[in-house]
Amino acid sequence: MSAGRDHAPLEEQIGQWRAYLRRRRAINGPDVEELEAHLRDQLGALTQAGLVEDEAFLVAVKRMGSLDALSREFAREHSERLWKQLVIAPDGDAARETVTHTETLVVCALAASAALAIKIPALFGLQLGDDADQPFYARNASFFVLPFLTGYFVWKRGMDLRHCIWLAVPLIAAVAVVNTVPFTRGSDTEALSALHLPIALWLVVGIACAGGRWFEGGGRMDFVRFSGELFIYYVLIALGGGVLTAFTMMMFAAIGLKPEWIAEDWLIPCGAMGAVIVGSWLVEAKQSVIENMAPVLTRLFTPLFTIVLLVFLATMAWTGRPIDIQRNVLIAFDLLLVLVVGLVLYSASARDPEAPPNLFDGLQLLLIMSALVVDAVALAAIASRISEFGFTPNRVAALGENLILLVNLAWSAWLYAAFLRVGKQFRALEAWQTTYLPVYSIWAALVVVLFPPLFAYA
Amino acid sequence: MDLRKDLVAASATPLVLAILAEGESYGYAIIKRVSELSGGHLNWTDGMLYPVLHRLERHGLVASKWGSSESGRRRKYYHLTTEGRRELEAERKRWQTVDQALHRIWMKACPT
Repeated sequence: MSAGRDHAPLEEQIGQWRAYLRRRRAINGPDVEELEAHLRDQLGALTQAGLVEDEAFLVAVKRMGSLDALSREFAREHSERLWKQLVIAPDGDAARETVTHTETLVVCALAASAALAIKIPALFGLQLGDDADQPFYARNASFFVLPFLTGYFVWKRGMDLRHCIWLAVPLIAAVAVVNTVPFTRGSDTEALSALHLPIALWLVVGIACAGGRWFEGGGRMDFVRFSGELFIYYVLIALGGGVLTAFTMMMFAAIGLKPEWIAEDWLIPCGAMGAVIVGSWLVEAKQSVIENMAPVLTRLFTPLFTIVLLVFLATMAWTGRPIDIQRNVLIAFDLLLVLVVGLVLYSASARDPEAPPNLFDGLQLLLIMSALVVDAVALAAIASRISEFGFTPNRVAALGENLILLVNLAWSAWLYAAFLRVGKQFRALEAWQTTYLPVYSIWAALVVVLFPPLFAYA
Repeated sequence: MDLRKDLVAASATPLVLAILAEGESYGYAIIKRVSELSGGHLNWTDGMLYPVLHRLERHGLVASKWGSSESGRRRKYYHLTTEGRRELEAERKRWQTVDQALHRIWMKACPT
């Protein structure tokens, strides 16, 4: 037999068969090895019996059974393997293991730095629990964590020094601005600054996260996905942190100690900062392992919110009740629009841009339209009484946000309609959403920088 | 002769346990032994043996360890545990009961 010469194609065939097996989630590495050993034993016996290699391979594979049936049997025995496990298991690749190891160290260091950073002002006598120092912490909250998060992405994406400087400039400028502006104590502009600064600086994180792909739509969309997942992970980590805090308090209370200061001064603030870094790392690590949650939630809630909005509109039309203009009504409608933009954004983030329009796209359009109508009604009600209210910083900020979101949604509705009617590319909508992203941050930056002098620091 | 699937599945456990009672073995050899014992009538789909072995291992009836074959490749060997020996005895009793009952009725129903 000319086994030596024909060995290569056989090895190739075995390799291919192995690759097919590997793709089955229910069959893990050692199982594949065990099955391959069996296949080789069988091949040896068959060639010994006089079959040529090709025939032997076909017979051996056939005797092994169909891959589907096999993987079904393995799945029945090892059902746990069908659950994708995030807890980052070494997959036997030494080079990747070192990277994972280094990343773990980097993330731990950054999370610890963020957790400690929020304690640094305390060294200078600024106490987190102190009412007088609260505004300082509110204004500077971003700086305890965002530089470290940006640093993580700079490291992870391997960005060069020149880019780092461009990322550092806005952060340093922001520190300078919010800490030198002579705010009146407890003023609205101060609160607005504190609220808008993280939104403005989130853009810096986004540019770092996109790692040089910011000016491609794909990079921005990845950042959108990252933000949504981070939010969900952060909420989950916060829930866990709440349980941890509750148990700490309970156990120490059982021995007659009341360690409120541990929770208030350390556990909660340090945990809140560190969790941002850890959450980001988890999102980065899980990308290819687990389904994204944000689009799933979007799917679930788009129909529900559409129904609520439609019912609300119908009720308003039926009963003729006007919107009761109260202090926070504008903010409430802003939040409604934010929510709808989020639903549109996250359903776009998970959609195959090439797919033709379907029922869900129609539903999206209906959601946007009803949100626009609701908002228009509210705006009309507010406009009729705006002169009574006067222009306070809060109202201008809220109106500006409403306008920005309204423009986004109106154009999205137009694009959706074009997509549904004439079958234009869905990419147009995706591109519109990603192009619009900096607008939010720029507006937020304007509120931080221009509002205090504009409204005399009141 | 065509053996029904459920009959093949039901007899798999006692067969594997009994073969391993003869001594440590591995997948391919077990399949060959089964074929030998049944005179070629019991032909398992080769791959299906492994989920069975893994189940027996999970129940603690067999244990496995990696060794190497004559040609030096890695190969997983299975052997019976004490628990497995006990289970084999219980299985034998069960199958004997079935066998006896069938035997008696065969004598009456189709005495050849």
